[in-house]
Amino acid sequence: MKIYIPPQVKRLLLFLPFIILLFIIFRRLVIPDTFGDLGHYRAASLEDYKAREVNYAGHELCGYCHDDIAASLASDLHSTLACEGCHGPGQKHVDDPEAHNIGLTPDRAFCALCHAKLPARNPEVITQIDPAGHNPDKNCIECHNPHMPLEISE
Amino acid sequence: MDPHAQHLYEMLSKVVGYIYPNELDLQWGFLIVLYPYLTGLVAGAFILASLERVFKINVLKPTYELALLTALSFLLVAGLPLVNHLTHPFRSYEILTTPNSKSAMAIFGYVYLWYLMVVLLLEIWFDYRKYLVIWARESRGFKKFVYTVFTLGVMDNSERTLKWDRKLGYFITVVGIPSAFLLHGYVGFIFGSIKANPWWSTVLMPIIFLFSAMVSGIALVMVVYMVVSYIRRHPIDMKALDTIARYLFFMIILDFSLEALDQIHRIYEAEESFEIISMLVSGKLAFTLLTMQVMVGTIIPLITLGVLQLYKPAERIRKAIYLILGLMILTGIFFMRWNVVIGGQLFSKSFYGFTSFKLGLVGSEGALMGAVWLILPFLILSVLLWLFPPWKMEETEL
Amino acid sequence: MKKNNQVIKEKGMAGEKEAVGKGGREKSRRDFLKSTAAFTGGVMAFGLLKGTNALVFAAAEPASETGPWYGIGIDILKCIGCGKCAAACKKENHVPEEPWYFRSWVEKYTITKDGEVHVESPNGGINGFTETIPEEEIFKSFFVPKMCNHCYQSPCVQVCPVGASYDSPEGVVLVDEKYCIGCRYCIQACPYGCRFINPVTKSADKCTLCYHRIAEGLMPACFEVCPTGARIFGDLRDENGELHKFLQTHNVQVLKPHLNTGSKLYYNALSQEVR
Repeated sequence: MKIYIPPQVKRLLLFLPFIILLFIIFRRLVIPDTFGDLGHYRAASLEDYKAREVNYAGHELCGYCHDDIAASLASDLHSTLACEGCHGPGQKHVDDPEAHNIGLTPDRAFCALCHAKLPARNPEVITQIDPAGHNPDKNCIECHNPHMPLEISE
Repeated sequence: MDPHAQHLYEMLSKVVGYIYPNELDLQWGFLIVLYPYLTGLVAGAFILASLERVFKINVLKPTYELALLTALSFLLVAGLPLVNHLTHPFRSYEILTTPNSKSAMAIFGYVYLWYLMVVLLLEIWFDYRKYLVIWARESRGFKKFVYTVFTLGVMDNSERTLKWDRKLGYFITVVGIPSAFLLHGYVGFIFGSIKANPWWSTVLMPIIFLFSAMVSGIALVMVVYMVVSYIRRHPIDMKALDTIARYLFFMIILDFSLEALDQIHRIYEAEESFEIISMLVSGKLAFTLLTMQVMVGTIIPLITLGVLQLYKPAERIRKAIYLILGLMILTGIFFMRWNVVIGGQLFSKSFYGFTSFKLGLVGSEGALMGAVWLILPFLILSVLLWLFPPWKMEETEL
Repeated sequence: MKKNNQVIKEKGMAGEKEAVGKGGREKSRRDFLKSTAAFTGGVMAFGLLKGTNALVFAAAEPASETGPWYGIGIDILKCIGCGKCAAACKKENHVPEEPWYFRSWVEKYTITKDGEVHVESPNGGINGFTETIPEEEIFKSFFVPKMCNHCYQSPCVQVCPVGASYDSPEGVVLVDEKYCIGCRYCIQACPYGCRFINPVTKSADKCTLCYHRIAEGLMPACFEVCPTGARIFGDLRDENGELHKFLQTHNVQVLKPHLNTGSKLYYNALSQEVR
């Protein structure tokens, strides 16, 4: 049985397979290989993230070389502190200790970051001082050993 | 210092209350205000054209092709501010190759292409094809080339083929109406489905977008019809114009009712975000919303059009009023998009403060670029009207 | 059934087939009741089973059956607002220094006696805080560290049109910066303000839970440097882990629970003013 297809429809239908084919080829070319492996995303992105450089080495590493400091730190109130919290990122130092020295000489403002008295700070969690009142003319480390803060030298 | 950074430091000093630190700079700016505005005009103009074809409202016949060509001109431009806004525009094909089925925005690529290629272009083609064949024969040079190409080689003008032109055109128009709703409705859904933003998150958002789109589309066709007739020095069919104005009136009533319902509901429920949103409306959005969108764009046109339904002054006065009202409504609907997009980002999601927004002049997000996107469709329309003048169809029949 | 009976009758093998027909109807009724019971029972059993799963932390099923599923605990009582977490995050991940790009930041809430809530986060807390409100007017004050909540029903993953924002098999929400087109829909969708456009990569950016660190068995940088142990990082599946213990021994809440984002960032002592 012959179905009448009007010439307009015939002409339009001619274009359709081309467009579809073009689209399929385009998809093949541009969709990344790992897309869809684990979900609706490019799975290789996870590898991209894993390849990023680490800048904070982690406090466990510091103790391998600086065992004396690590020991004194562990014996006093600052034992919960990570070395890099004050010293900054240390991975570069681990990779090349001479070239990247992360030794620190803190000023009053540095210690006040944690220890300045603020109403929002719980005194049971952290000892606080009033920076204006507590020996304002001295640097904190003149009296306090940052690794053993309760050991006050006068 | 980098001027953008300088601008942001300035904005930082203008923050009122507390905002999340990342909320300082607005992510969606002028370009994203333009996109719903442009697609809204497309959807609205198309719906008006469909009224003539599907519901056989013959008095609108003089504006049928004009409305379609206007819709086409705006649709060709509509996607451009969107691509311009992306930070990686050359990756925009990804929306076609790997669309995320859970994302409302992923629909964009396919709905846009469907509406452009299948609905608009086909409908225009079925309507014009007969005349393209005739004009291809009668003209010379560039125009002959254009007409021949666009016949797609279907030179048959027999009675049977012409009947199929009409049938297929009607079918496409019927399919086109829900497609137009989808084209613009999904934009409303994009905003309406963001639960994180209480200014956007409402079930009514796609509906409000659609109805305000229809208001703007009808106003646009009305203005374009008047301007084109004036340029052609051709008398305006007042019955058609009065009918368009009447439809505009009813559509404004619907749109206004919906938007009023949204606000009344918000005020009545007064849930968590109510305080910050009240401050937003009465403060930073006072001019753009209360003055421009509501007063200039809705209330004054509504009352005026309402009066005109009861009392019709002389033709010349009516034409002037329609023109002014049309422009006011177009401005008002623009500000509606502004208030939704910009307004939703001015207050913090912490509900504790506001940031600020200043429309720059230069740059891709600036006012000048925005003006280009707004003027370009009219330029395209001029070219389309030069190549495919609707009035020539009548002359060809004679 | 009726049709079958008719056909059989028509075929003329009356008596026998009528018996089968009748039996057929009985059988079908029994079958129907059986299948309904089975279906209902199954639904109930399934509900109960899912229910036990839901009891733990109202959790959906993570992407992978085995392997870790990461979550975060933050103890507001322990946070002293030193800002070291925010600073370390920027240094570890090369986040631009300007004060409008943050993967993690600290907020200070000061509630005055007249009931007003004052919130601030100067440079994300990196340079510490000062208090300008006189102490006599303060009713209550505390710090709240913020970061990506790594939601398991994340709205930012849901809205990404191309699949650049995704949920890793370990439950970490990440952005593929090579695939992101920069439409910023995810930034609009995040209720917690965690995302921004990185000016260098020009893609959406946010806390990655230091995926590159946890892949090597290290802790994310912010957890590493916190001096008071206010931040707890761990595997929600590890019943002997720190995070599990934290969740069991504290009253934890997530931010904006009514939005049902499936946030895996559990705060202890989250006061009602915090948004």
